[in-house]
Amino acid sequence: MIIRAHDDRFDVIVVGGGHAGCEAALAAARMGARTALLTMEEDKIAQMSCNPAIGGIAKGHLVKEIDALGGEMGRNTDKTGIQFRMLNTRNGPAVRSLRAQCDKKQYRLAMQATLREQPDLTIYRGTVDRIETVGGRVSGVVTGAGARLAATAVILTTGTFLKGLIHVGLNHFPAGRAGEDAAEHLSDCMREFGFEVGRLKTGTPPRLDRDTIAFSVLTPQPGDDPPSPFSFRTERIPMPQVCCHLTYTNAETHRIIQDNLDRSPMFTGVIEGTGPRYCPSIEDKVVRFADKPRHQIFIEPEGLDTHEFYPNGISTSLPVDVQAAFLKTIPGLERARMLKPGYAVEYDYIPPRQLHPTMETKRVEGLFHAGQINGTSGYEEAAAQGLMAGINAVLKIRGQAPCILDRSEAYIGVLIDDLITKDAREPYRMFTSRAEYRLLLRQDNADLRLTDTGYRLGLIPESGYRMFCEKRDAIARERERFRTIRPKQTSEFLARAEALGLQSLGAAITLEGLLRRPELDYEAVIGLAAVEGHPDAAVREQVEIQAKYEGYIHRQSHDVDNFKRLESRRIPPDFDYTSVKGFSREVLEKLQRVRPHSLGQASRIEGVTPAAISLLQVSLERSRRNAA
Amino acid sequence: MNAGDTICAVATPPGEGGIGIIRLSGEKSIDIASAVFVGSGGRTVRDYKTHTLHHGELRAPDTGERIDEVLVAVMKAPRSYTCEDVVEFHCHGGPLVLRLGLEVLIRSGARLAEPGEFTKRAFLNGRLDLAQAEAVIDLIQARSQTGLRVALEQLRGALSDELGRIREGLTRLLVEIEAGIDFSDEGITFISPKALAAGVGKVAERVDRLIRTAEDGRIVREGVTVALVGRPNVGKSSLLNALARADRAIVTPIPGTTRDVLEEFVNVRGIPVRLQDTAGLREAQDVVEREGVRRTHDALARAELVLAVLDGSAPLDPEDRRTLELLQEKSAVLVVNKADLPPRVEPADLKGFVEPRRIVWTSATTGAGLDELRDAIRDTVLRQGLEPSEGVLITHLRHRSALERAKTSLDQALVSIQQHMAAECIAADLRVAINAIGEIIGETTTDDILDRIFKEFCIGK
Repeated sequence: MIIRAHDDRFDVIVVGGGHAGCEAALAAARMGARTALLTMEEDKIAQMSCNPAIGGIAKGHLVKEIDALGGEMGRNTDKTGIQFRMLNTRNGPAVRSLRAQCDKKQYRLAMQATLREQPDLTIYRGTVDRIETVGGRVSGVVTGAGARLAATAVILTTGTFLKGLIHVGLNHFPAGRAGEDAAEHLSDCMREFGFEVGRLKTGTPPRLDRDTIAFSVLTPQPGDDPPSPFSFRTERIPMPQVCCHLTYTNAETHRIIQDNLDRSPMFTGVIEGTGPRYCPSIEDKVVRFADKPRHQIFIEPEGLDTHEFYPNGISTSLPVDVQAAFLKTIPGLERARMLKPGYAVEYDYIPPRQLHPTMETKRVEGLFHAGQINGTSGYEEAAAQGLMAGINAVLKIRGQAPCILDRSEAYIGVLIDDLITKDAREPYRMFTSRAEYRLLLRQDNADLRLTDTGYRLGLIPESGYRMFCEKRDAIARERERFRTIRPKQTSEFLARAEALGLQSLGAAITLEGLLRRPELDYEAVIGLAAVEGHPDAAVREQVEIQAKYEGYIHRQSHDVDNFKRLESRRIPPDFDYTSVKGFSREVLEKLQRVRPHSLGQASRIEGVTPAAISLLQVSLERSRRNAA
Repeated sequence: MNAGDTICAVATPPGEGGIGIIRLSGEKSIDIASAVFVGSGGRTVRDYKTHTLHHGELRAPDTGERIDEVLVAVMKAPRSYTCEDVVEFHCHGGPLVLRLGLEVLIRSGARLAEPGEFTKRAFLNGRLDLAQAEAVIDLIQARSQTGLRVALEQLRGALSDELGRIREGLTRLLVEIEAGIDFSDEGITFISPKALAAGVGKVAERVDRLIRTAEDGRIVREGVTVALVGRPNVGKSSLLNALARADRAIVTPIPGTTRDVLEEFVNVRGIPVRLQDTAGLREAQDVVEREGVRRTHDALARAELVLAVLDGSAPLDPEDRRTLELLQEKSAVLVVNKADLPPRVEPADLKGFVEPRRIVWTSATTGAGLDELRDAIRDTVLRQGLEPSEGVLITHLRHRSALERAKTSLDQALVSIQQHMAAECIAADLRVAINAIGEIIGETTTDDILDRIFKEFCIGK
């Protein structure tokens, strides 16, 4: 629904139509808030600005969690994905992660259709120059065209557009993405509010013409067959599935890059922003790991009917002629034509320790930040924040308790807590190793962890919730069956056990006991005991994982109990840290800088000692009693 | 720090005292106390009413070993100092019993209390009023600072180096595993299960070695009692003086001059030694000497090491033989003194009584052989034979329990590797171990691991 009347008043205005903005706007509108999404270009809503893939290790977890909470990213990926691969299958279930190549154009169009069909959601075209406030509370936005839109809550999801500056070689020009204007004024407005503003950098590789790539010499990399979906509510992957390809750089590629470093904005100091270490440019990799003979490049299609291919692994900001020269040295790309050059983009971000765990800023009530504006990178990280900002904006308007996921509940909780607690020195990306309760936060149980929350918020439809409840009950029943059935150890049983190399099975061993044996999986136990298996693969998987990893899961659950205790001790936002006697100057400075919301968060600030937490705890109790 | 844990600590001042109290507070106090205490009449702490005192034995639940005869006081929540379930064990004073008592409680699920933690809980649970808050803060601060100072002193030198090496070893393995998990699609070859098992095994062995030195650590911290025994006039007092470098005992050529048990505190190669000179084991001539001999026997029973002294310039007599027989039962070093005089005792005479490396030939008069004697005392007392000055000794119960936690996790990791459990499980075990070591020498965070991965591997597409 597109209305262009400028005298509207909204509950929630979302500024920016990227992955964070889409989730924020959908969540707010689905919860019944009158919502507006402001974008510079409607056709670019849900654009995948960089690579054509959703998910990947740890990012796939985020997508599954977004889905379980009633977000859109997983479903949209399932609708438009053209290759699905489960990564990390050689490691255990906790770190398995789904990654999908999408048809970029279809992804964008499908998401745009979902937004248009959403009741209570209006899409506006325009740039936001200023945020308006009344008495420290957000009251609306002013567009570049001078129009005022009033709102109770505003969510900024501006991506790389705040004073975006694109670098190709030693040339640079203001732009949010290639060919799109930057937002030049909004970050000045943020500075005026007193926000600290920082600068980051990211990059993207050149795009190649399909017809000029020699696929026959590349290593094919097929997807999973059958593909598994992201969404717990998806039954079928509709798009035709395609193959990706793999090639490598070589000594000649590296020589050309080395010879032209004096024309790199990175190595000549033209770029000031910090780039991500996990996503370095090819020139960075060649310099830092000079002894590595080759670097891998995935050749990924950007869609089914587009000529654009994405060479994943050679992000660069070298001049166009150097990009063309080094491409020619790579097997399969000798004749490749560049459709767009690679580039680096620098942009303003607002360091996220200035946020509450709800994504609301501490400085301006009712103003929320989500996505790259918080210094993160990645579609999935952005979408997760957008979803939580949308949810909490509505809860705030309604005067209800916020929805804060903690580190033991979801990767989303880890993400937000890291953002508001730590001083990131580079764009933040999720890794499974950031989650200390990783064994509990699996992609396979994201629905079990979060669907109740999504349903309570009104983001999961009745039908989806009923399906979920049935699955949860089926898992419980199957586990109970495995705990109680003790297979009769007939001579046939013992013969089968011996064939499997099993020794010393207790006479009263249950199916679950068998499942715990390292040699056996679910199917093997069913075969050995000659009993029926459960028809639903998802149920079988849960029963197997929960039994096999019970010891580890139990230990981590115990750690979570301890974690929750400190987490539940809230620190009032106006608490006076200088009133606490005995803090070292360093501890005092850090606590005042971060202003943690709980004792738990305080304990995670670098340099805050256990003794300091004890002092803080006693002082909090003292001020609580003083107030009473 | 976690309010829900059950904590324990010695509640009486350190040192030798008539009674030492171990206090236990928290949700699981009654359960833990029931596991380690057997009341007279076979009852357990669960059976007791609140605010009552009972007699019984403190025992190690795993081995059944009796630690002490104790009185146990039960104070159930909220009518206790901390407003939690509190159990106190009134033990016989003495650092050894109290330490063993704490160890048993920790093994049964309690955690050693943080500085000032009982008082902190008392305040947080409303037991202390607002006026006392300031005092609580001061207490936490003072105790943490003292604790920190003590910890730093202990961490100086080789122990700190060894813990650093252990942590580095574990971190390196974790970096490999984590890189193999978070960057498995980067086309890099990561550590094999076999190499991982070997690596974990090697670190586990180092941790184990440190734990085994814990007993030596106690000796270095708390010292040992060493008794000098031998017939009169073989030069025991001279030896004691020579070791102490002070004329403390009365030294005369008249047999039986040392009528009482004299003691001197000396430092032998870094170990505090309570050196006791005894009256010897001769047939007593009078009441005074009889009393001296009785005290000699008492001193021998208490001593952790016996120095049996012979006169090398005189042939062995019956009393010497009685002394030599003692060596079979006790941890001992045989000292053949007066080596400056013409020898009348041959090594062959001593064969069968004690291993040759435990025999030292000395002269208290010239000082010959005293260095060897000091070495022999140290080597016999310290089972690991480590040089205390190297400092690779765990002397603190808190450190030891952290190391034991690390060891348990590493053992778990080894089992899991063998069972082909997932890499993330092994990583979880290694993290527990790294955090436990981190508690002793300073924190580690997951960011350290990611930093290391980015430094060591070429990551990124």
